[in-house]
Amino acid sequence: MSLEDQLRDLEQKSLKDIKETVDLSKLNEVRVNLLGKKGPITEVLRGMRELSKEERPKVGSFANEVRDNLTETIEKRRSELEQAHLERKLKRESIDVTLPGKPVAQGNPHVIQQIIDNIEDLFLGMGYQVVEGPEVETDRYNFEMMNLPKDHPARDMQDTFYITDEILMRSQTSPVQARTMEKHDFSKGPLKMISPGVVYRRDTDDATHSHQFHQIEGLVIDKHITMGDLKGTLETLAQELFGDRFEVRLRPSYFPFTEPSVEADVTCFNCMGEGCKVCKYTGWIEVLGAGMVHPNVLKMAGVDPEVYGGFAFGLGPDRFAMLRYGVDDIRNFYLNDVRFLSQFNKRG
Amino acid sequence: MKLSYEWLSEYLDLNIEPKDLAEKIERTAVEVDSVKRLDYKLKKIVVGHTLEVEMHPDSDHLHIVQVDVGEEEPIQIVCGAPNIAADQDVIVAMHGSRIKDNVKIKRSKMRGVPSNGMICALQEIGFDDAVVPKDYVDGIYVFPADSGVEPGDSVMEALGMDDDVIDTDITPNRGDMFSMNGNATEIGAILNEDVTFESIVPSDSDQSDQDSNEQISVKVSDPVFAPVYKMKVINNLTVEDSPFWLQKRLMKAGIRPINNLVDVTNYIMLKYGQPLHAFDYDQLPEKTITVDKAGENVKFTTLDGEERDLRADDLLIKSGDVPVALAGVMGGMDSEISDGTKTVALEAAIFDPILVRKTARYHVLHSEAATRFERGIDFSSIDNALDEAATMMAQLGNGQISQNTVVGNEVIPEEKQIKISLVRINKVLGTELSADEVGDIFDRLGFEYDLDEVNGNFNVVAPLRRWDISIEADLLEEIARIYGYDNLPSTLPVGPTTIGSLTDTQKIIRDSRTTLEGLGLNQAMSYGLTTIDKARHFIMADGETVKVDWPMTKDHEALRMSLISGLLDDIAYNEARSVDNIALYEQGRVFKKAGDNVQPTEIEHIAGAITGSLIDSSWINKDEKVDFYQMKGVVDQYLQNLNLNGAVQYRATDQYPEMHPGRTANIFIDDQYIGFVGQVHPETQKAYKISETYVFELNLSTLIAQPKVRQHYEMISKFPSISRDMALLVDEDVTNQNILDVINSSKQKFLVNINLFDVYNGSHLPSGKKSLGYQLTYQDSKATLQEEVVNQEFESLVEQLKTELGVTIR
Ligand SMILES: [Zn+2]
Repeated sequence: MSLEDQLRDLEQKSLKDIKETVDLSKLNEVRVNLLGKKGPITEVLRGMRELSKEERPKVGSFANEVRDNLTETIEKRRSELEQAHLERKLKRESIDVTLPGKPVAQGNPHVIQQIIDNIEDLFLGMGYQVVEGPEVETDRYNFEMMNLPKDHPARDMQDTFYITDEILMRSQTSPVQARTMEKHDFSKGPLKMISPGVVYRRDTDDATHSHQFHQIEGLVIDKHITMGDLKGTLETLAQELFGDRFEVRLRPSYFPFTEPSVEADVTCFNCMGEGCKVCKYTGWIEVLGAGMVHPNVLKMAGVDPEVYGGFAFGLGPDRFAMLRYGVDDIRNFYLNDVRFLSQFNKRG
Repeated sequence: MKLSYEWLSEYLDLNIEPKDLAEKIERTAVEVDSVKRLDYKLKKIVVGHTLEVEMHPDSDHLHIVQVDVGEEEPIQIVCGAPNIAADQDVIVAMHGSRIKDNVKIKRSKMRGVPSNGMICALQEIGFDDAVVPKDYVDGIYVFPADSGVEPGDSVMEALGMDDDVIDTDITPNRGDMFSMNGNATEIGAILNEDVTFESIVPSDSDQSDQDSNEQISVKVSDPVFAPVYKMKVINNLTVEDSPFWLQKRLMKAGIRPINNLVDVTNYIMLKYGQPLHAFDYDQLPEKTITVDKAGENVKFTTLDGEERDLRADDLLIKSGDVPVALAGVMGGMDSEISDGTKTVALEAAIFDPILVRKTARYHVLHSEAATRFERGIDFSSIDNALDEAATMMAQLGNGQISQNTVVGNEVIPEEKQIKISLVRINKVLGTELSADEVGDIFDRLGFEYDLDEVNGNFNVVAPLRRWDISIEADLLEEIARIYGYDNLPSTLPVGPTTIGSLTDTQKIIRDSRTTLEGLGLNQAMSYGLTTIDKARHFIMADGETVKVDWPMTKDHEALRMSLISGLLDDIAYNEARSVDNIALYEQGRVFKKAGDNVQPTEIEHIAGAITGSLIDSSWINKDEKVDFYQMKGVVDQYLQNLNLNGAVQYRATDQYPEMHPGRTANIFIDDQYIGFVGQVHPETQKAYKISETYVFELNLSTLIAQPKVRQHYEMISKFPSISRDMALLVDEDVTNQNILDVINSSKQKFLVNINLFDVYNGSHLPSGKKSLGYQLTYQDSKATLQEEVVNQEFESLVEQLKTELGVTIR
């Protein structure tokens, strides 16, 4: 049998072997046996010395052709086997993706904190500063500087926890305004501030009353502030908190520290103004008190009411939260039931 | 105040629905609580005339009544009222009628006798118990003879229940809205309509020859007590029921009809806002009246029958030396108008609002009169009120008014003149009103004014009835509300730009909250006021507790000195409701006394409490109960985020009686004490009724004040690091901190990280020993580190540990 015939036979037989191999290590054995130094092709090529000079290159190139073909076939088979192996492995690794994920720890801000932060951010964006003050105040700052002298009837409206005759738990966050106004250097520009915080009243706790709750008051003092500015600011606030479709209406009211004084109603979010139980069928819900700062308040804080004026407003985040989320008992905010707190974990 | 639409219509031509009028009042003047008709949902209730009344054969209290209800045949009704009698005009709820609360009345049998309806009490058709005439409180109502009712008439019409009553909630500044006259004036201004008032004028037969001044004398001991005090005497009176129309008006206004004399004082009070008091002249021990303070140790029985210990400052009306009324608040029992009263001394006065308020408050006597005196009275209408009341008494009681009025004091304030310019009005309101428009508003309000046309300056006279108007800002409010708040422009302040940003402290506080929430803790808000005991639990720095003077309850008596105590209350609340995994934090103030009559010191704190598991167990992770090290991990991460310059250190402590003595550490930044972390003492847990709980509390004010590292970028070394592990066998009382202290004190030039990877105190170690495994990482930022250099550093460290702590390398 000629060398070429031997090679041809070898090629046919080996191709069959390769195709029949199903195992990667077996395939490796086949490769070593076939193409290694002691393999049949090398053996065949050794016999070339006996060939004539003319035949050698011809047989040589044929031998290379066979070797290349076998090598390529082995590689192709290896790739096939590897792919199949991977597929089997991935199949084995399949899991039930509908099983629940592994729990992680995540806490939430208190719902009232969320409202406070929300309002702070709105006013920070409008150039206001956030100012805090003491929770235990003097009678002077809590009342007298707010145009509520000792025998003023409106003091009855907010029954107060006194500690001594002159020291009390603040019943409003307005004293912060008086303190800030006193310190503010108006030559450096207007005063624009909000003061969030806890306040205390001598109330018996029930579903709608709490001896502790929160307030946010705002104050703007400058040379050219109008009541229209107050109206616009309150509308901006209402729309930020509730949405664009909400309207604000002002009604006359009375606060000793503002004149004119108004109460602001917002479109009822339960019925969007149609009238329902929540809004007592008026379509409106009272959400804040406001007004133009009373000249006495300015004077007492050392601000000239002939030159400066401005507006103030105040709202209760507890009440906001009750209305916004339909919370029917204010005590929920201070009992800290985890099931209650974690309900308010969705933004927006 | 309850405003009858029908009564208002006497003064004003009202072409507006009651509901719309209420809305206008609310948007222009004062809040409206409700608009109600008493006949709401009432149906088929008619006047009946009782013909025959006989006892029910099977009952000792039921009567069988034949009633003429205007139909061809009388109907039979079984009635249990004790005051039923023949020949009465009564309220009959027919078969198929609806009475109060929409209750349906049907034909029925009562103990075998057919009953075709029900004879009603006023309360049964919706009247409040407090307005029903005394005679009819415990029985059916009987129409008086002058009611002119006929069988079959609608009861709702007869009693004026078809009237709309607008109930207003009056702000402290609007005392003028406590009278019908004041309301009519205000509504006239709102609707831009003219108001006409009528008053009853005395005829000759109402006059007596006597002179009030000879019958009684009056003295006000200090003019401040009562700027105005006047009296009139009315003689030869007969006490009887008031006319039907007057009784109806009072009932609608929420006042119980008593008799003709008392009813007149109430009616005039409603009409003019001027409270009056009628004394039984013959019961006054002496005919000299003094207005004075009570002085020490005076007892007085008010007409509600209650004997009261008076405050020295309570203002009294005295007859001679005998108190006869708490001025402006309530009259006395002994001089009260009774059925036998013949002569009345009628008082019209204005008392000091503050004195009245204090008396009313102290004795909890918030009468209609006191409320009006507190809010302020119209000085300009007192004479009209007194005159009309005297005339009405004379006419209704068939008596005669004595000549003249006794005047104890009369100091009428001047009307206030207020200047305001058009420029100022528009500048403050943001409007573009003309002088004409402003003038028109003043006209509507009935304010007189002069206008300087050239410069637009108004000089406005505020009428006495509007005592609340005294400065420019008050006029601005009047203009704005009559012009309409809806018509104001909507703008935002313009002016120099201001920067809105949180302070560093505020930023750190916000970041602190975010960090702790990220670590799994929910923000809690607890009460600042707690029990005296709890206020002093878990305190970090000694100090005196701040207590409120007059607490509502023992639960909220003292200001908290720590936050943990409140968090434990929260945990107890949750556990009582079967919530077992609770992780809370709170950021807020704690308080301690700083001295007498000074504000307490307020310190910002932040605290956390975890019980159960921080992470819920599930199919994939087991229940992992919180322990000391998990809580410490939370604190560690939080402190790390604060980017403090100083080193954080934990030192074991048993100083807190509420904490586990072996599982609590004080926390220091360098040597500054900032708080503690640990397990709550089992006894404390029991007292708070909570399970095993781990807590921390930190002084946030101190933390905020601590120097922070100025952040800068640190090059990440390109050169490889080398690690060495060591397992140290040490005595059990050697702490991790002891070992770290030695490592930190040794001169380790290239040591960049120490990681404790193993703590073991298993059985095959010698007793009293434990093993700690550390991995030390060495790195040079500028060059590749040589093995020999690391070996040298490591060996010297091991030697130092052996000498200083007697460790053995395992
Ligand atoms: Zn609604």
